[in-house]
Amino acid sequence: MSLASLAPLAVVLPILGAALTFMLIRHSRAQRAVSIALLSLTLLLECLLLASVWDGGTEAVNIGGWLPPWGIVLVVDQFSCLMLVVSSAVSLAVLVYATGQGMADGDQDAPLSVFHPTYLILVAGVSNAFLSGDLFNLYVGFEILLTASYVLMTLGGTGPRIRAGVTYVVVSVVSSVLFLIAIAMVYGATGTINMADLAIKLAELDQGTRTLLHVMLLVAFGIKAAVFPLSFWLPDSYPTAPAPVTAVFAGLLTKVGVYAMVRTETLLFPGDSLNTPLMVAALLTMVVGILGALAQSDIKRLLSFTLVSHIGYMVFGLAMSSAAGLAAAVFYVAHHITIQTSLFLVTGLIERRGGSSSVDRLAGLAKLSPLLALLFFVPAMNLAGIPPFSGFLGKLGLMQAGVQLGTPLAYTLVIGGMLTSLLTLLAVARVWNRAFWRKPEDAEHPDPVLLAHAKDSATGHRAGKRNVILLPRTMVGSTLGLVVLGVALTVFAGPLFQVAGQSAEAMLERSAYIQAVLGEHAPVPSLAVKDSALNGSALNGGALNGSALNGGQK
Amino acid sequence: MSVNLTLLTVMGALYACGIYLILERSLTRVLLGLMLLANATNLLILATGGYAGLAPFFSKDTDPAAYNDPLPQALILTSIVISFAVTAFMLGIIYRTWVLARQDEIQDDLEDRRVAATPSFDAEDDAVIPVETSEFPLTMLGADGAGVSDSPISDAPVPEAPVPAGGRTISGEAAVREEKPGSANVEISPEGGGK
Repeated sequence: MSLASLAPLAVVLPILGAALTFMLIRHSRAQRAVSIALLSLTLLLECLLLASVWDGGTEAVNIGGWLPPWGIVLVVDQFSCLMLVVSSAVSLAVLVYATGQGMADGDQDAPLSVFHPTYLILVAGVSNAFLSGDLFNLYVGFEILLTASYVLMTLGGTGPRIRAGVTYVVVSVVSSVLFLIAIAMVYGATGTINMADLAIKLAELDQGTRTLLHVMLLVAFGIKAAVFPLSFWLPDSYPTAPAPVTAVFAGLLTKVGVYAMVRTETLLFPGDSLNTPLMVAALLTMVVGILGALAQSDIKRLLSFTLVSHIGYMVFGLAMSSAAGLAAAVFYVAHHITIQTSLFLVTGLIERRGGSSSVDRLAGLAKLSPLLALLFFVPAMNLAGIPPFSGFLGKLGLMQAGVQLGTPLAYTLVIGGMLTSLLTLLAVARVWNRAFWRKPEDAEHPDPVLLAHAKDSATGHRAGKRNVILLPRTMVGSTLGLVVLGVALTVFAGPLFQVAGQSAEAMLERSAYIQAVLGEHAPVPSLAVKDSALNGSALNGGALNGSALNGGQK
Repeated sequence: MSVNLTLLTVMGALYACGIYLILERSLTRVLLGLMLLANATNLLILATGGYAGLAPFFSKDTDPAAYNDPLPQALILTSIVISFAVTAFMLGIIYRTWVLARQDEIQDDLEDRRVAATPSFDAEDDAVIPVETSEFPLTMLGADGAGVSDSPISDAPVPEAPVPAGGRTISGEAAVREEKPGSANVEISPEGGGK
């Protein structure tokens, strides 16, 4: 019995926590203690799992004793464990932040006490999606996290949140229906929904059917990952939610979509003909997203657009389907989860201290609270990819992989990536200049909180309301923890990139995954298709037409 | 694989109606559309199981080829439960929209409209840089600040009458000088500007 057989606990513990916190709904202190304790335990467990596969290796856990092609399997490998650890660390930080906010505002009212159970269910759904080795179980994981996110998105039921929630729910349900249709078609075509089994059986299908299934899955995941042109819903719905909720959504939900895309591309449809459209989508996601960010004056909306934009980098790395590109994409996902979440948490603090999240109404925060300025500055520069930080390393890895690939499209993407990086710097520099750097007198309609006496900046009181701590220690502390984690990703980038590289190679190889699930003797289909995909799309088009012809002749 | 044509026809009709309905602006119709889409998908999954057969795993004597495929039914069961939960939640927020806005329609994102209507000229970024850009006290440039002001001193309305200031009254001219940066009566703040 190996450590990996504890993997189901990564899903079970948060659900257990959700049940407990739901029972403790009238006791907010016990609720907080239970949820933080169980999430810490989950994080610890996932760290152990990551340590057990750190040097490579894939393990499969059969749920309920049913053997793989029929039963549900959870697969533990480097990529899934890395994602689990990063996502749980981030969600723990956000949970501490949210409880800090709750304690500071003294809200023991009924609607917000559903926050803890719902949040833990969200974490369970994310873990399930990362671990799943079965297409339908992946769907269930998505549904768990989406249903929890519907509740969190509309928490409190205010007008703007309900308006945004309606769009979010409808778009998510449509993407789920597409995913379900894709699953039904996959099952109809192959008779299995086990991902390892599919890796073998999909290769036997003719090219036309394969492309159809591939496009269906990519569209379904593309909506969840917010890849342009399927990203329209994200900047519309995310900014209205409470700050910790937006933070965790921005960090995790889109990345689950990216994770599913990575698995689809590497395991199910390796080296298929869709790399060119994916690269174009990645370029458009980067450029259109960041241009949207430049037009915004609200920090939350601006960050939502940068979130969309940087999804493009991950899709770029994925679309290259080379070991170097995939490794950089894996590293970039880990980096981006941490950085984007910490930026949203800092925005929550800015909103508390400055009374608004609009850059027009903010000013002089650098002087009012130097710590807040530091907390914003470090992840902002990290996001923009300024040299010492992990954002730079991730982008550098992607650029190198792009140059290595050497096709004209890859060079276009490299240039587009650099442009996006510079425009990101411009976007965050505008926030910095206005909210932090200029004099308070220059703000338009500043909130009274902003103009409160400087001596109250750390633990000041909101003007006109009952005493509220502006920057509670728990909230600042958890944000600081996440920023430090982001810096740690820079410091430990070497070993991390090594693990990312190994996991990328294992994913492209596929044999470890398939044999871990289906046993030692499972046949691993050859990757002959892959090489032609790398040589350009013209060849692939030919291959596609050829196989379509063959299909017709049969 | 053989499929039931009736199932496929019904599925197609449900998809068509569902897609038509989710394109409406009324939320109730959108919800109905989503329900139709979910049910059409359930039929699609059912169709992947092939023709109807005997109940699986019921008796050991049954020939495995005569079994119905049980997996699609398990999938449908799960997806029915999920769509049930989502429908209940949607009904909740539709009711909430009605309570808040008294209308059953999808509303526009106001911030999005505002950003779209914002002119490309940005007062902060694009305006001509004003004359006074120095952080240093202006006394270094002109004795009374008259030479470096944005507006010439002659344009400023000079109050003739003495102005009450604090406990005493001062002459109108002195009061104007008081307003200027670099006035001798104004303390220089640490950043350089006058208070």
